[in-house]
Amino acid sequence: MLIALLTDIHGNREAFSACLAHARSLSVDRFILLGDYVGYGADPAWVVDTVRTLVDQGAVALLGNHDAAIDGADEDMNILARESIRWTRGQLGMEQRAFLADLPLIHEEGNVLYVHANGYAPRSWHYITDTLEAARHFSRVEAHITFCGHVHVPMLYHMSTTAKVGSFSPVADNEIPLLATRSWLAVVGAVGQPRDGIPAANYAVFDTARQSLRYFRVPYDNATAARKVREAGLPEKLAQRLEEGR
Amino acid sequence: MRLRLEPGMEIDGFTLHEHLSTGGMAQIWSVEREGDPTPPAPRAEPEARVSEPKGHGSEKWPRFPAQSKAPLEKGSIGLSPKVESTFGSEALVMKFPMLIDSDDPIPIVCFETEQMIMPRLSGRHVPRFVAAGPLDPQAYIVMERIQGQSLKARLSDVPLPWREVVEIGAKVARALHDLHLQKVIHLDVKPSNIMFRETGEAVLIDFGFARHEQLPDLLAEEFREPFGTTPYMAPEQVLEDRADPRSDLFALGVMLYFFVTGERPFGTPKGGQIRRRLWRDPVPPRAKNPDCPSWLQEIILRCLEVDPNDRYATAAQLALDLENPDQVKLTERAERLERDSGMKTFRRWLKARKARTLEAPNIVGQLSRAPIILVAIDLSPGNADLVEAQRGLIGRILSMEKEARVACVNVLKLSRLAVDVLEDEEGRSLHVQRLVQLKHWGATLDIPKERITYSVLEATDPAAALIDYARHNNVDHIVLGARASSALRRYLGSVSSQVVAEAPCSVTVVRTPRDRRQDEG
Repeated sequence: MLIALLTDIHGNREAFSACLAHARSLSVDRFILLGDYVGYGADPAWVVDTVRTLVDQGAVALLGNHDAAIDGADEDMNILARESIRWTRGQLGMEQRAFLADLPLIHEEGNVLYVHANGYAPRSWHYITDTLEAARHFSRVEAHITFCGHVHVPMLYHMSTTAKVGSFSPVADNEIPLLATRSWLAVVGAVGQPRDGIPAANYAVFDTARQSLRYFRVPYDNATAARKVREAGLPEKLAQRLEEGR
Repeated sequence: MRLRLEPGMEIDGFTLHEHLSTGGMAQIWSVEREGDPTPPAPRAEPEARVSEPKGHGSEKWPRFPAQSKAPLEKGSIGLSPKVESTFGSEALVMKFPMLIDSDDPIPIVCFETEQMIMPRLSGRHVPRFVAAGPLDPQAYIVMERIQGQSLKARLSDVPLPWREVVEIGAKVARALHDLHLQKVIHLDVKPSNIMFRETGEAVLIDFGFARHEQLPDLLAEEFREPFGTTPYMAPEQVLEDRADPRSDLFALGVMLYFFVTGERPFGTPKGGQIRRRLWRDPVPPRAKNPDCPSWLQEIILRCLEVDPNDRYATAAQLALDLENPDQVKLTERAERLERDSGMKTFRRWLKARKARTLEAPNIVGQLSRAPIILVAIDLSPGNADLVEAQRGLIGRILSMEKEARVACVNVLKLSRLAVDVLEDEEGRSLHVQRLVQLKHWGATLDIPKERITYSVLEATDPAAALIDYARHNNVDHIVLGARASSALRRYLGSVSSQVVAEAPCSVTVVRTPRDRRQDEG
């Protein structure tokens, strides 16, 4: 079975549509969405409606920190995130807000864990940005494979039978076998706000039969997405990020 | 080893037949697949498929364009024992890691590495991957059985005749180039890891220390120590750099040195002694075996240079020199009979103290910086402008691709029917005359002599001769001229269009301003 993993969509309709189309062209069987559907981007309502439709069709959608901030506290967020969350609240109806508030933090299937930020304290929204953080995750999580987002930059961590943790910066469209002898923590890059200098959207496909993972980069109409951010009166920096991918 | 292995034992549909060898960190058994009692002769392109456990979806990866052309890749990820070939009638071996000492993680990490890399490899220079099983209950890899023995069997006969050494060297270099093109560095090239097909091609085995540019390097992350087999390890491997394809050329140089002299250039060092090769050069081969030609010493010592930049840029370029001895550019290395002076060694020692490891691998980058470019020159009268246009283009390519090697080729067309007179009226050889003209053409190119080769091919079919040359020598790019319109057009056009259609590499067809104007007029 092919599972498409999408995360950090951030109200970016153009990027989300492009990734969904790409995944469908590969005939993926399922979608698992790892959170952060809103914030930063200009189309939060459209994105939330699309996620709801996918969930109705059997997709799994998890809660991200931006989704949680819609009906919760936003004081801990940086100024750009806070400003866009406050704008986003005005864009969402009651039903959309209720949908976000009800999303689960984690999802488990067998020995595979899906979560937005990390496996050891999902609600803390701690970022996994290096092998030390990854080691912390591996030491407290039983799952053989974990998929998360939150960092926006794709990365693959793995731990050997002797508890040595390594990291690997994945190359796009390249099948990586997730060996049964190791534990794996795959950080999927952002759909809607890439931050590694490449403007193309990120997502990944997990093949359960072959136990392998492919990271993808999907070019999309980021000029339109950036223009909408400006037209919405959101901070200029958010539009530039979409244009530059950083 | 988790299970006690015995003949007749069955593992995931493979029946153990005969224990072939135990070496290094693994045991090798010949196996038969269930329902396939007689292992007949191998075939070239077996179809592969993936049979999946019930309850899982259908196989979908082959829809990806990158894999659609490679039938071997379809069933090739070695994760579950369910990967198998529909064509099951070839001789197979099963490799088991020796996991006796559970405190030593190296065998298992090497095995993981091999399980990751082998399914990605294809072609004549590696054993075909068939299946793999995870650690529990028993780790294994099943692959095509390469008949015969490894080059290790030749060690009792060293020194070998230098002609045989050259032949081995060229075959192994071509196998290494094919591996490097697949984004993999072997990092453990030595006689016991080299076998030969009955058709002659070298086959590289044992990818436990190998590195794939696009997969996690499990070894580097697990251990902070150099890997490889100490007599063969390149200086940069000693410094724990696992990123340079030219490390394999160093190991091949060690092997050629050993074969031609009967001694290993750096002995069999242990511990900190391994570092000595960063400053101490080996005794030149001709000092040990005067039969070794000076050009072969030049090649071997160039492979053994401490700085990878001083070695051959690619294995294909090394193969080209091994097969064209008369065109090897001899330097001071060729005639050396003693090791370097104390002062020179001391300076290298000082440099080695500061040596640091390099960064991420760039196998593809290294190969693409150093392409082999075939320029096919037609020396017929009236072609001066076309030949000049080709020179201009080659000059521009050389200014971008700094380590490119140029092979200038002219085809002496033979008649299919008549007996050819290959001399002119004054009895001078046409072949030699063509060679002289070719060298004259190349003389004005801004390229060191060691990176340009001249060949005159005698053939009835010029296009086929050029294509064969390109295929045999791993040529990356062919540059040839073609007239847009002239009396010669039909003939020349047919050569260039056949080359474009059939060549295994990029082809640039050069035309001249004169042709452009005539075409418009």
